[in-house]
Amino acid sequence: MRHDHLLTANQLTREDIELVLDRAAEVDANPAAFGKRHAGTLLGLCFFEPSTRTKMSFEAAMKRLGGDVVDMGSVDSSSVKKGESLADTVRVVEGYADALVLRHPLMGAAKMASEFVDVPLVNAGDGAGHHPTQTLLDLYTIRENAGLDDLTIGIMGDLKYGRTVHSLATALTNFGASQHFVSPESLKLPRSVRYDLHEAGATVREHTDLEAVLPQLDVLYVTRIQRERFPDENEYHRIAGEYQIDAETLDAAKDDLTVMHPLPRVDEIAPEIDDTDHARYFEQAHNGVPVRMALLDMLLEGDS
Amino acid sequence: MSDTDKQLRVSKIENGTVIDHVHGGQALNVLAILGIDGSGGEQVAIGMNVPSDTLATKDIVKVEGRELSQDEVDVLSLIAPDATINIVRDYEVVEKHRVDRPGTVTGVLSCPNRNCITNADEPVETRFDVLRDGVRCEFCGQIIREDIASHIDDD
Ligand SMILES: [Zn+2]
Repeated sequence: MRHDHLLTANQLTREDIELVLDRAAEVDANPAAFGKRHAGTLLGLCFFEPSTRTKMSFEAAMKRLGGDVVDMGSVDSSSVKKGESLADTVRVVEGYADALVLRHPLMGAAKMASEFVDVPLVNAGDGAGHHPTQTLLDLYTIRENAGLDDLTIGIMGDLKYGRTVHSLATALTNFGASQHFVSPESLKLPRSVRYDLHEAGATVREHTDLEAVLPQLDVLYVTRIQRERFPDENEYHRIAGEYQIDAETLDAAKDDLTVMHPLPRVDEIAPEIDDTDHARYFEQAHNGVPVRMALLDMLLEGDS
Repeated sequence: MSDTDKQLRVSKIENGTVIDHVHGGQALNVLAILGIDGSGGEQVAIGMNVPSDTLATKDIVKVEGRELSQDEVDVLSLIAPDATINIVRDYEVVEKHRVDRPGTVTGVLSCPNRNCITNADEPVETRFDVLRDGVRCEFCGQIIREDIASHIDDD
């Protein structure tokens, strides 16, 4: 890859994406071949907000490449609490590690941090901004199950605040996917995402209910509607309830519909779907490790 | 029109910059963008809502003793896209520029997104990409379309 850092999915071309996914497929097929590739390499984990899974997934990926991690620990116990700037923290951790992974509550944090360090930096989520490795593992899962060409995908749930959705939708424009956005009126795509999609030449098709588009879909990507977005509990239940799917909902779907979800889920996908061939969300979560291995391998390769 | 009005409008400056064809009502924002608040001792003359051939009404800003840099002119383009910049030396216009929209503006606007890293206490200047019809924060992606001048960083 030509990039030193991975900050947003928007920076990735179709070619970049295919390179990472191909490498991830190689990792998947023969993990042992990658087991010693980065022995002695240290990955610095800077998580300014808790995200156990993403952190574990990066940790597992680095260790499976033969390297190790150094972890700045929880924000409560770190110098951040003493008021150190993010710019200073990453410059200090850069001195310990060969690459950095950053999770931060503020948007644009990874972009800013990357301007202060020379080692590769991977954005593992910056507030409501970007989470590009999630997008890569989503794309990997989609490619394995439905292919990325001639794809018709429905993206449903909280499209306003869901950063995974924003990155995925933008990345999919590289493949000319036909995208349908399904959400309550109050949680529609934000202006900046429409702008990106528009610029990329995509048509934004928006729906308030799934029924109309479900039969055409190859992939249904479901996200959680967050309770804290609603001041009124009853309003939350009324809206969230309309965006839950169960076995009956899927009667109208194609037999080979792939159902995805970035997890954790609450009740937007009924457990009865878990045992069907539609369910791919656990596979999707597992794919985080080979995809992150592939990405780290490529970013660190440029280094040596 | 009385002679005094006319004199105010056309009064010449000896050395400095005349910014003409500013959209009506934007003159004070032009000064804000240039960081001119009088404390620097510059002599400034402003004409507001002056009748214009090309714009319905226009504002004119004349700054004595100061020639604008290209950076300043670039930023002006965001709120005064039709402005002409006249550099005056010895009462003569020696250079005339049209403003050109820059690709980015740095350190001039503040980001309205309170969850943007540029609003945290970090050693970073704001940076906005200039779009066809607005600007966009390079850090958080927030787009500003309306009333860009109200986002001019005043500290
Ligand atoms: Zn911003």
